[in-house]
Amino acid sequence: MKDLNIQELERRFQEKIDNDIKIEPRDWMPEEYRQTLIRQISQHAHSEIVGMLPEGNWITRAPNLRRKAVLLAKVQDEAGHGLYLYSAVETLGADREQTIDDLHTGKAKYSSIFNYPTTSWADMGAIGWLVDGAAIMNQVPLCRCSYGPYARAMVRVCKEESFHQRQGFEIISLLAQGTPEQKEMAQDALNRFWWPALMMFGPNDAESPNTLQSMKWKIKRLTNDELRQQFVDVTVPQAHMIGLTIPDKDLKFNEETGHYDFGVIDWAEFWEVVKGNGPCNKERVDARRKAKEDGQWVRDAAMAYAEKRKIQKAS
Amino acid sequence: MSNKEWPLWEVFIRSKQGLNHKHVGSLRAADSKMAVENARDVYTRRSEGISIWVVESNNVFASDPSEADSLFEPADSKAYRHPLFYDVPDGISHM
Repeated sequence: MKDLNIQELERRFQEKIDNDIKIEPRDWMPEEYRQTLIRQISQHAHSEIVGMLPEGNWITRAPNLRRKAVLLAKVQDEAGHGLYLYSAVETLGADREQTIDDLHTGKAKYSSIFNYPTTSWADMGAIGWLVDGAAIMNQVPLCRCSYGPYARAMVRVCKEESFHQRQGFEIISLLAQGTPEQKEMAQDALNRFWWPALMMFGPNDAESPNTLQSMKWKIKRLTNDELRQQFVDVTVPQAHMIGLTIPDKDLKFNEETGHYDFGVIDWAEFWEVVKGNGPCNKERVDARRKAKEDGQWVRDAAMAYAEKRKIQKAS
Repeated sequence: MSNKEWPLWEVFIRSKQGLNHKHVGSLRAADSKMAVENARDVYTRRSEGISIWVVESNNVFASDPSEADSLFEPADSKAYRHPLFYDVPDGISHM
């Protein structure tokens, strides 16, 4: 086995993928497959962790104790999701601290949706409903991803995520059925989060050069545009049901295709936010960096205590 | 200041009485007590377990996947270990 040339190893690797045999951490894999996964999984992990910030903003201001308990549980789940994913990325030989530092220096990206501010309580509804809804759309096919640890992490995440979407939908539909002011809050949140939610699926397929290879490796199972269309098709009727209007004048059900046609996404805005010029990019990364720096003494103290105990035990 | 990274731990969960502990993932913790507490928070937030094992990852020794063929060959070549290897005549039951 060790004497096999690289072409033969690659052929066997692709054969496993084609036969839907999962790749596990110690199996041989092409370097580009490893690097693609490290990039994708660490960015996914960062998104979970940074995603705690816009919602964490509202924990102390939730309108009642039930909402507060639910939001707290949701944000705790996001921390858990980040940890599953950092664990998965470590199985690929990546250094966890390095991937986190890459986030803090701006080298690594995270989902651009979290660079938008959460200015009203209705945003907690819009985020759960739309952002978690879009994330579920993205993550369900990832449960069948060819890399075992990533797929297993996604199964856990998806199980937990459906409560996130439901609690958000509960918040926004209740507001939508409330006083005119409350309905206005719900509509305003939808207006601000609709387009960024559509951008979460990434650039159009024609502008996404890595998609083809990722599909061949079964890291990705559906294209960005396919997932985006699925999301629009399921979400538009939900908005109608609760009496809210999707902020897209070109949105129209197409009888021929059976799908909703929708307007053109403002990709200039998307790339600006990705590049770091969104409304909250700096604030988010600063908050993460501060959390790591401020917690350094706690981690050091815990490690020093553990080492001291080990020495005491040995003597 | 030790400035050392917390070690990596593998987490095993028994989901209910009567089942074995199953590997669920890994996490970082300074010591075994913290590893168990973190495992509770990370892997059992929805009653997934009633018992937790943690093992420091560098104490796990694994077989080499590239040698799996030769390692497991003895099992593949002994069909007579399986009941279907044997013909049971018609009329014989409870066997």
